[in-house]
Amino acid sequence: MDNSRANLLEEAIGIGIGKGGRVVVVEDCVETSGAFVLHHFLKRFLHPDSSDVVIFIAFAHPFSHYERILRKMGCNLTVHRKNHRFVFLDMLTLECPERNGREAREDGLLALYGEIEKAVEIYSSLEGSRTITIMIDDISLIEVAANGSSNHMLDFLHYCYTLKAKYGCSFVTLNHEDIYSSANTLQLILQTEYLADVIIKAEPLATGLASDVHGQLTVLNKGSVSEFGGSSSKVRNFHFRVKENNVDYFYPGSQT
Amino acid sequence: MASSRPRGSSFSRNISSAATSQVPGVKLGPNGTSFLSSGISDLDQILGGGFTLGSLVMIMEDPEAPHHMLLLRNFMSQGLIHKQPLLYASPEKDPRGFLGTLPSPMASKEEKSHERPAEQDANLRIAWQYKKYFGEQNSEVQRGGKAEYCNDFDLRKPLERHYYSGQRVDCISLRDSSNLAPLLERCSTFSAQISKSDGNITCAGRIAIQSLCSPQCDFSNKEWDMLSFIRSLKGMVRSSGAVAVISFPPSLVSPTFLKRWQHLADTLISVKAIPDEDKELAKLLTGYQDMLGLLSIHKVARINTQVPAILEATTFSMKLRKRRALVLECLNQAPVDGSSGSSYGTSGSCSGSSKTGNLDF
Repeated sequence: MDNSRANLLEEAIGIGIGKGGRVVVVEDCVETSGAFVLHHFLKRFLHPDSSDVVIFIAFAHPFSHYERILRKMGCNLTVHRKNHRFVFLDMLTLECPERNGREAREDGLLALYGEIEKAVEIYSSLEGSRTITIMIDDISLIEVAANGSSNHMLDFLHYCYTLKAKYGCSFVTLNHEDIYSSANTLQLILQTEYLADVIIKAEPLATGLASDVHGQLTVLNKGSVSEFGGSSSKVRNFHFRVKENNVDYFYPGSQT
Repeated sequence: MASSRPRGSSFSRNISSAATSQVPGVKLGPNGTSFLSSGISDLDQILGGGFTLGSLVMIMEDPEAPHHMLLLRNFMSQGLIHKQPLLYASPEKDPRGFLGTLPSPMASKEEKSHERPAEQDANLRIAWQYKKYFGEQNSEVQRGGKAEYCNDFDLRKPLERHYYSGQRVDCISLRDSSNLAPLLERCSTFSAQISKSDGNITCAGRIAIQSLCSPQCDFSNKEWDMLSFIRSLKGMVRSSGAVAVISFPPSLVSPTFLKRWQHLADTLISVKAIPDEDKELAKLLTGYQDMLGLLSIHKVARINTQVPAILEATTFSMKLRKRRALVLECLNQAPVDGSSGSSYGTSGSCSGSSKTGNLDF
């Protein structure tokens, strides 16, 4: 998309992603941030040729952060916001504390879900064919906001996934894989991975970080139904280098 | 990114140090961010200018040595000298007493007279240690403006009382209450005072929290509470013109939570003491005797940008220059001992450099 050379990430994800009803999970770790994949998707969904809508639920950064990054990539979020193509829900300070008992905790996330559903309803009732994508940055902070109740978090996610069936929404979520490395916390990431169609993992290189290779991406595409009817999951692995205005993807050793 | 300033070497980070904003002690950085000095000029340089305003800095302590205190002290002192409001929280009974141990800035005259003889020796410097000396040159460049962005601190001389007797210094003991609510409240009132008005910072503030999960605090076993406190603090700091530095002992946090804490940190630093008599390490590194400890940088704040910061080196040695000023140096591997038989190392470092003198490139 950015250059004539085929973008490896786009290729690995497949073209079906824009059609709706797909769930993409991005996983990263402390050493390598996977946030750039979210920015990539944001830019892609808000492409001027399409009329897709993005509902962005930000737990990690304020609007100004994303705005500045996307502006450098040639996508003005403020304008998209005005044109009702971009909905930004700032959840930086969302707290669902335990103070008022169990109910209150649920209320915070329930209210958030209500907001999302309302937005989806409004946009899907408008004319024209458009896909609504819900992006969450990042899931692990929902758990913190829910004060450690992973059940509430999972409930919230399942609620959101129901929108997929009803309105054909797509999902792109970011999560941190290394948090869930111990056995008793593994369940959560397994659940989100199970529900995903595409899993993108950002990892550092085993040899450490270098200035021209920032890490590697492993893309597992589960739902790639081929023309011949067979459904096969594909794994792709390539390196990336993040730049201000785009990201270079290349196979190991192919960069000169 | 282009700066007219002559650079030390083609490998050094390109820091736009010329840009200084109206607010004292705040330097403008790339992507609409601003920097606060950490109080250690070397650390500022490594981080590309200092701590980013609105970021959360976390320092992983060494369980055996109080090296994190050195970082906290310099950070707090620097803020007090710039007359920035300060909030300090610690598990001690009397946190205000800690302010008496803060280091005082060195007089710049005295500093320069110390600096001179070193400059004259420049011709005698040995090539493999060249990296050590870039720091000195660059710190000289920074000195020049009237109000210094980063002072050099004399760790042996306590800060004069009038700096911290003002009203803008707030201290709180983590032992006072059984939960984090009071601390959070203090932090929110603190950051509300210095909040940005339409993106313009009128005043920068510093929050220093020492040993957040130390066992003296009643809440040290409430991991979710601490986590949500850190998250709330991060949110507050981000929307205000402040930098929060939290130090914590990583061994007391369970592994999954440690990862969560690390993800929440914008800038992540760890300090480590080095054992006194580690002969193997002493053989490997030059200047081992003068080293206080090692400082590693795991993460650098990336606000308003998606490009990761790739540092030249992530581990640095902490040393005391003239037993008073804290400096950070790249680790230098000791040259291979000539008598040990491997001639490659010696020819590479000594004769190699003399040869290039003859051949003019």
